[in-house]
Amino acid sequence: MSMFSIFGVSGSALGAQSQRLNVVASNLANVDAVAGPDGQGYRARQVVFETTPMGGDTTGASNGVRVRDILESPEPLKRVHDPSHPLADEFGYVLQSNVNPVEEMVNMISASRSYQNNVEVMNTAKTLLLKTLQIGQ
Amino acid sequence: MFDKLTSGLAFQGQALVARAERQRVIASNIANADTPNYRARDFDFKAAMAQALGQTGYQVARPVAPGTYQSDYRATAHLPLNRIQGSQLLGEADKEMGYTVQTQPAMDDNSVELDRERANFVDNSVRYEATLRFINGGSKTILTAITGQ
Repeated sequence: MSMFSIFGVSGSALGAQSQRLNVVASNLANVDAVAGPDGQGYRARQVVFETTPMGGDTTGASNGVRVRDILESPEPLKRVHDPSHPLADEFGYVLQSNVNPVEEMVNMISASRSYQNNVEVMNTAKTLLLKTLQIGQ
Repeated sequence: MFDKLTSGLAFQGQALVARAERQRVIASNIANADTPNYRARDFDFKAAMAQALGQTGYQVARPVAPGTYQSDYRATAHLPLNRIQGSQLLGEADKEMGYTVQTQPAMDDNSVELDRERANFVDNSVRYEATLRFINGGSKTILTAITGQ
């Protein structure tokens, strides 16, 4: 039955959204990470979604989603004045990650809402399929 | 002889298939709510049913030149499909599906409107269940007629 591919479609969305949530978690975890002497600090990461055909059909009715790429933010690292920091340069500045916590929180809420939506779609599809199984009983 | 007995069931069966198909399309739209450049799809249920039943008088959406509307197209929020050139996703059967028209354009060029898709999804599930009940009721009626008790 064709409705079975809903599980594949929504499942792919769940996977993609949870990966996005993972990226948000690592961004938030590294919000205060300091760049080492080489000047290479943590840069905020962002997932890029892409549509992918699913269910083996060519009608275009079932389109899942997958993570195409994880990109690093090109924004400059934050320069914070903290002369007491062991990694501060001769002017007393430390390079911190360029993660914007507000953006990450918004991203997190958006990801979790999308996740919930897809869980609901799966539950509805499951209920409908179970009821279809009971035809004529 | 059995045609008369089961024609109602056959009709509801077709309706069930079309509803399942629409459920699948809407699930894809919801799954791709955050995908850049994704275009939400949908189809006109009435036209799809008419086509499935082989009736004349109804028309499914035909591909038209980009930027033009079909005046006899009945669904309010669907555009007739303009085929995307060179797209891997679209097959032949795709001609019947349209793209939904967005009312609030998004920055990433994604045309999924989650409110509408959710409403469509719930609407479609209720109608799917209604069709199931029709089938169940119809088959019970036939069974009663056969057993004659």
